[in-house]
Amino acid sequence: MRAWKLIRLYTFLVYVFMFAPIAVVLLLAFNSSQFGGFPIEGFSLRWFYRLAENEAIMRALKTSLSLGLLTALASTSIGVLASLALVRYRFRGKDLITTLLISPVLVPETVLAVGLLIFLRWLHVPRSFLLLLLGHSIIALPFVVLVVQARLVGIKKEYEEAARSLGANPVQTFFSVTLPLLMPAVFAGSLFAFTISFDNITATIFWRPTGMETVPTQIFGMLRNSVSPEINALGFVMIVITVGVPLMAGGLARYFARKKT
Amino acid sequence: MAGVELKNVKKSFGLITAVQDMNVTFDEGSFTTLLGPSGCGKTTILRMVAGLEAPTDGDILVGGTRVNEVPIHKRNLGLVFQNYALFPHRTIGQNIAFGLKYRNVSKSDIADKVKAALDIVRLPGVEDRYPSQLSGGQQQRIALARAIVIEPDVLLLDEPLSALDANLREEMRVELKAIQHRIGVTSIFVTHDQSEALAMSDKIIVMSAGKMQQVGAPEEVYNSPANEFVANFLGASNILDVTVTSADNRTIVVQTPQFGTITVPRARVADLHGAKTGRLVVRAEKLRLLEATAHDGGVSAPGTVEAVDYQGQIARYFVRVGDAQFQAMNMIDGRPFEAGTGVQVAFNPQDCSVLPIES
Repeated sequence: MRAWKLIRLYTFLVYVFMFAPIAVVLLLAFNSSQFGGFPIEGFSLRWFYRLAENEAIMRALKTSLSLGLLTALASTSIGVLASLALVRYRFRGKDLITTLLISPVLVPETVLAVGLLIFLRWLHVPRSFLLLLLGHSIIALPFVVLVVQARLVGIKKEYEEAARSLGANPVQTFFSVTLPLLMPAVFAGSLFAFTISFDNITATIFWRPTGMETVPTQIFGMLRNSVSPEINALGFVMIVITVGVPLMAGGLARYFARKKT
Repeated sequence: MAGVELKNVKKSFGLITAVQDMNVTFDEGSFTTLLGPSGCGKTTILRMVAGLEAPTDGDILVGGTRVNEVPIHKRNLGLVFQNYALFPHRTIGQNIAFGLKYRNVSKSDIADKVKAALDIVRLPGVEDRYPSQLSGGQQQRIALARAIVIEPDVLLLDEPLSALDANLREEMRVELKAIQHRIGVTSIFVTHDQSEALAMSDKIIVMSAGKMQQVGAPEEVYNSPANEFVANFLGASNILDVTVTSADNRTIVVQTPQFGTITVPRARVADLHGAKTGRLVVRAEKLRLLEATAHDGGVSAPGTVEAVDYQGQIARYFVRVGDAQFQAMNMIDGRPFEAGTGVQVAFNPQDCSVLPIES
């Protein structure tokens, strides 16, 4: 009995350790105090208003959102096509390509970031939003490929063969049969991609063009001066987006799935 | 509607030869079965006709036209799979209408045709349900409806009954054959189940190791197997080594170690290529067990029942005659023989056949 109590206490402490920093940010976002720390003086939304008025932050948020959405779009499109090739076709060098596609996960991000930077310097290509998007897509691609591949393996090829025997050409077969059956994985993959891009900082610092800030690099920059309470509010917004969006999406997916059967 | 012809068709996967030199015709409107154990090449043949695999060599003709280069979606074939392959994200109605969308059929005609197809497979009114809401047998009927609604030139059936349970399978095979007969579509059916093949086919092609072993009507393949493989694959057979002692125009006399000499009609003897030895094949159902003292006019020898496999109406006996064990499948009349009983083992000479010894 005593042992169980100790285990329970231990588990509780682990959770406290994991979630306390998040809870602190969430809590302090509503603190009316001038300084971004304890003690809490009173409840206030003023830091959110201040946040909305801060043009630099709003610009960074816009950049992050569009970067995240475009990364999701790009890596999901490429990832779905790559998975189709890898699962449905036999060709030479397949294992090598799989390894190459997955390798960005294994390579330390700093190494990847410096590598791409040096490569582009060598090509005399200046840093730009497009390059940042390209880089984020490379980082997100393995996650999309892993999720989509796993689902595609489970979709029997007889569905596609049946569709084709009934007169659908390969493109029609993809859009009328394969893609709808693949949708949950496509959805999950693009959410992954969005989240990965949205809170990436290491590679972004290397790749962003001068003067462009994403939310994480903006926060990082602000923290170098002082801990402004606005950062707590911004942290709150980021947590809501990165946790809330997938949860909401999952809920919606379940809702539609239930409606169908 | 069209017949199908394979001319010198070969298929290899790397170093493995899946199908060797097939020359066969599937007559227009007929129901032909490719029968054989798994890995014999029967499914590969079906997939080549469908366009899902390209032959390594040879020509495939549908309705007299070479289709080797025609992609699957332009071949106008109906394909039914073992696992149904109904699109799970679409309703039954949408599943059946799928092929019609690519065929310039007007909306009102589509609804009529879907309804007619559902009537044919005797499942009217399930248009708005999803495949997961139907049983396995119902799903396979829908798969059949989806394949025949496009009025295919050829209907290809890849073990369509194998996933169903035993009772349903027998019911479905009667129905499937009836539907095929009614719409008259050329059908190619792949199965490893000999009773399905015998019950449904106009013609059976027995396959083994990528080669055709025998082609013929069900009775022909069953009663006059061309070789030992066919004899053993379609039901159980007893095979004895025999020596030819004399022959004339109408009969051949062979010497067996267990049953003495037997006079076999010439029609039941395959070409022995002048050899003096051969193999005598007697089906288990043709071997009769009698009381030890009885005699019924056939060839007979005394034996002992070693084991009984009781199957209700019939029993399978394992009997020892001399130094060999034989199998006999007999209707049970009264009480079955028990293990250890002495019996008389008998058969009629016209029920056996003589095959050459295969090297």
